[in-house]
Order: sequence, then C-alpha cells, then structure tokens
Amino acid sequence: MTEWFKGINDALLDFYWPNAFWLDIVGMSAMMLLFIVVLLLMIAFMLLFDRKVWAAVMLRRGPNVVGPYGLLQSFADLLKFVFKEVVIPSGANKGVFLLAPLVSTTLALGAWAVVPVADRWVFADINVGVLYIFAISSLGVYGIIMGGWASNSKYPFLGSLRSAAQMVSYEVSIGFVVITVLLTAGSLNLSKIVDAQAGGMHHWYLFSHLLPMAVVFFISALAETNRPPFDLPEAESELVAGFMVEYSSTPYLLFMLSEYVAIVLMCAMMTIMFLGGWHAPIEVAPFTWVPGVLWFIIKIWVIFFLFAMVKAIVPRYRYDQLMRIGWKFFLPISMFWVVATAGYLIAFDKLPG
Amino acid sequence: MILATVAFYVFATGLIAAALLVVSARNPVHSVLYLILAFFNAAALFVLLGAEFLAMVLVVVYVGAVAVLFLFVVMMLDIDFAELRQGFMQYAPMGVIIAIVFLFELAAVGGAWVLTPAITAVENPTPAGITNTEALGHILYTKYVLVFQAAGMVLLVAMIGAIVLTLRHREGVKRQSASVQIGRKRSEAVELRKVRPGEGL
Repeated sequence: MTEWFKGINDALLDFYWPNAFWLDIVGMSAMMLLFIVVLLLMIAFMLLFDRKVWAAVMLRRGPNVVGPYGLLQSFADLLKFVFKEVVIPSGANKGVFLLAPLVSTTLALGAWAVVPVADRWVFADINVGVLYIFAISSLGVYGIIMGGWASNSKYPFLGSLRSAAQMVSYEVSIGFVVITVLLTAGSLNLSKIVDAQAGGMHHWYLFSHLLPMAVVFFISALAETNRPPFDLPEAESELVAGFMVEYSSTPYLLFMLSEYVAIVLMCAMMTIMFLGGWHAPIEVAPFTWVPGVLWFIIKIWVIFFLFAMVKAIVPRYRYDQLMRIGWKFFLPISMFWVVATAGYLIAFDKLPG
Repeated sequence: MILATVAFYVFATGLIAAALLVVSARNPVHSVLYLILAFFNAAALFVLLGAEFLAMVLVVVYVGAVAVLFLFVVMMLDIDFAELRQGFMQYAPMGVIIAIVFLFELAAVGGAWVLTPAITAVENPTPAGITNTEALGHILYTKYVLVFQAAGMVLLVAMIGAIVLTLRHREGVKRQSASVQIGRKRSEAVELRKVRPGEGL
C-alpha cells in the first residue's frame, strides 16, 4: 500500500470509527449500503465471467450481445427477472414460500459484516469472526429447506432434503479445516488470521503445512455452496431445478443471488485463511503500491476462476459418491490434520500467543 | 448503554414471543421455524452478555445442525395433528407441576444472584486482557478437563448406541466398491477381437 493511500485510509478511519457508534447510524447504514452495492456490482460481473469461462472451455463465445463483449448481460437478466410475474403455487405455504429466498439472501449478505477487505476495512471486527461466518453459512441451509418444503411439490422437496444432508455433512470438514487454521494463527479474529500471514507469499498458509487443508476447504466450499460438481440439490437431469422448481421472477432471482453471494464469501474465506487476505504476494515496491483492497479482490477473482473452471470441466457426482467423499475421506483427513497440526506446532514450538 | 438495553428488550421479547408461538402454532413445521427463531434470539442475548463464543456455538450446533435434523423429521412426518391434539388437556396437570418447579428454580437462582454479593462479583465472565474464547479455553482445558472429557465420552457412547440400535446388515444388497471400480484395468474390461465380414463372433 502506498504511503499516501495508507495516510488517507488511516485519517478516514480515525475520523470515522470513534464517531461511528449509533450516534452515526445514518453514516454506518450508508457505508453498508455502499459495500453491498459494490459487492453486488462485482457479483454481476462475476456471473458474466463465470459464463464466459464455461463458454471458453466449451469453445463457445458466451454472452456477447448485450453491451460490449456482453458486459451488461447480468443487468439485462436482472431486469428480465424483476419484470416477470411472481407465481405462487396454489398449494404452497405462502408465507414460508416467500420468506425462504429472503432468508437466504439476508444470511448470505449478513456474513459479509465480519469480512475484512483491507487493513481495518471491516464493519464488525469481532473476536469470533470465523465462528460467525461458520454459523451464518450453516444457517444458509434454512432458506433452501424452507423453499423446498413450502413449494408443496415433490421435486423441490427432494432437492431441499438433498441439500440439507449435503450441507450438514460438509460443514463438519469445513469446521475441522477452520480449526487447523486458527490453531496456526492463534486467533478466531479474521483480521488477525490475515496479519499472521503478512510478509509475502512464503508466509501464506497455502504454502505451509496447511496446503492439504486448503484443498479440502476448496472442495468442501464447492459442496457447501451447492456448486457443480456437487449441485445435487438442483440437478436438472433428475430434479428439474431442485428446490427452485416452483420459484419465478424476483424470488428466484434472490435465490440465485444468495447462491453467488455465498460463493464469493467462500472465495473471500479462502483468501483470508490461505492466501494472506489483503497483503501483497511479494512485499517489494511495485506490488506494495497496490492498495490492499485491490489485492483482496484480485485473490477473490483468482479463486472464483477456479470455481468456474471446476464447473466447466468436472462432471456431476452421484449422491452416494458425494456422501462417501465427505464422510469417508474429508472427515478422517481433516481430523487427522487437526491432531498433526497441533503436534507439529507444539513439537517445533511454533504455537502462537 | 441505551442501545444495549433496547437490544436486550427486543431480543428478550422476541425470544418469549417465539417460544409462545412454538407451542401455539398449528403447523408443526412453523413450530420448528419459531423454535429456530427462539434459538437465534437466545444467541443474541448471549452476545449481549459478552459470551460471544457460547452464542456462536449455540447457532452452529443447535440451529445449524440439530434443528435442521429436527425440521427434517417434522417435515417427513405424516400425522393428523387435529387427532393428536384430542387428549391435549389431560397432560395439563403435569405441565402445570413442571412449570411450578421451573418457576421455583428460576426464583431461587434469581434470588441467590440478587442476595449474594459473591456471585455478582463474577458478573463479567471474561477477565480483562483476553478474549471470551480464550477465557473459556483456559477453564475448560485446565480446571474442568476431566468433566469436559467425560462429557465427550458420554456423547461418543450415545452415538455408538444409536448406530448399534439402527444398524442392520441386509442380505442380497448389491454394493459398489469404489476402489474396485477405480482399480479396474483396461485389459480386464475390454477385449479387442478382429471380426471378419459375414462371420460375426
């Protein structure tokens, strides 16, 4: 980070934070709104990027009509969704049916409250940041179950049952991965986890004893966010569209949006826990001039590229295979790695704090 | 401090309202959803008390895992709930007795808390300088390590018990073995034959 940028950053934060508490609810709300708008704008372009990557793998062009290079495709889709009619099935449980996408979206966006996008750039720098994200992402399953049940239809219900079992299974291995990271970093605070990896690429947890855990986390994140190859809850060849069959218009859009927000959140978690967050990969002049928030975004895009490539090249798993990987491979490996990490840290006297 | 007080009353009211709705909702799935809301409000109250670790664990364990399975079961059940409510009132005396016991216990705890100054000394659960999580860890893994491990053993026994009760080996079920499938070689699976025209194999 350049000196002038750091100076402005610190001056702004010093002015802002002491005055921020509830006297300045308006300012806080404005900041949050700005954050959400920037996040959603980024996700609009990520969606396009996603589709462009698949297209490139399949030797197609992808969306290329709306705007130059199809850049405005996501906004065209948004308008199309919004202007359609909201269809509520007559047998549906109306309240829960409409509540489900709202729950999904609110939770997905709520998790971003503790994500530090740059040094001190975080809404709530709480001590249990990792646990908060873990808790919120484990709540994400409710939107899907509620949607599937309230639709009062077979395919959505099957989809939501699959989703619940899948998300509960993979949360377990994600939990153990998180434990290895926080053992090494010595804190549950996301900013402190990032700062424990300061000082260049060779300090990143990706290039340490946690490399296997990064792989486990990446694959579990795919399953947790219902991304291909683990998109069984909405497997179109079996369940039409899974829990989203009966949804249309804006409620469908909200489900779709929450899915992408959760994916980007997982990319951000990966960045924070394994790729050194907002720190530059090499701590020398041209790299340190780039503001931390840009590094954070670049890293998110890199991980997101991996997400997109996996969707493009890996075929969908069968449900029993999915469960087998979760319970018979990831769980034992990650459990063993927790013990191994603790032993390693004690044996070489590397325990933090 | 006003904000904390307002937040306390909001969450406490929410908790009690959700708890009432759990028992009064007609649809059992709605009951479970209200139960989740009640858990969530309780977690928020924990945060206000400064027990942030407990709050997060409550959400992760109860809301994220236990209540999901609960919701599962209730959704799959096909019960006529009007019939189930027929004999509802015959349990009322028992319920009243339990409620009285609970009320008495709550009064005893509250009374002790008000009357005994020694207990109010630990009003702030987290010692200065360390986080709530660290404080819990220090206590759990030193002073109460035996109890902690014993609780873990109880859970393990319960888990094994559940598996023993439900596990049955069925005969004649075709199973797949992934290692056999992956370990299959081309030479074992495919055979190239030269087929002459008009002869067949």
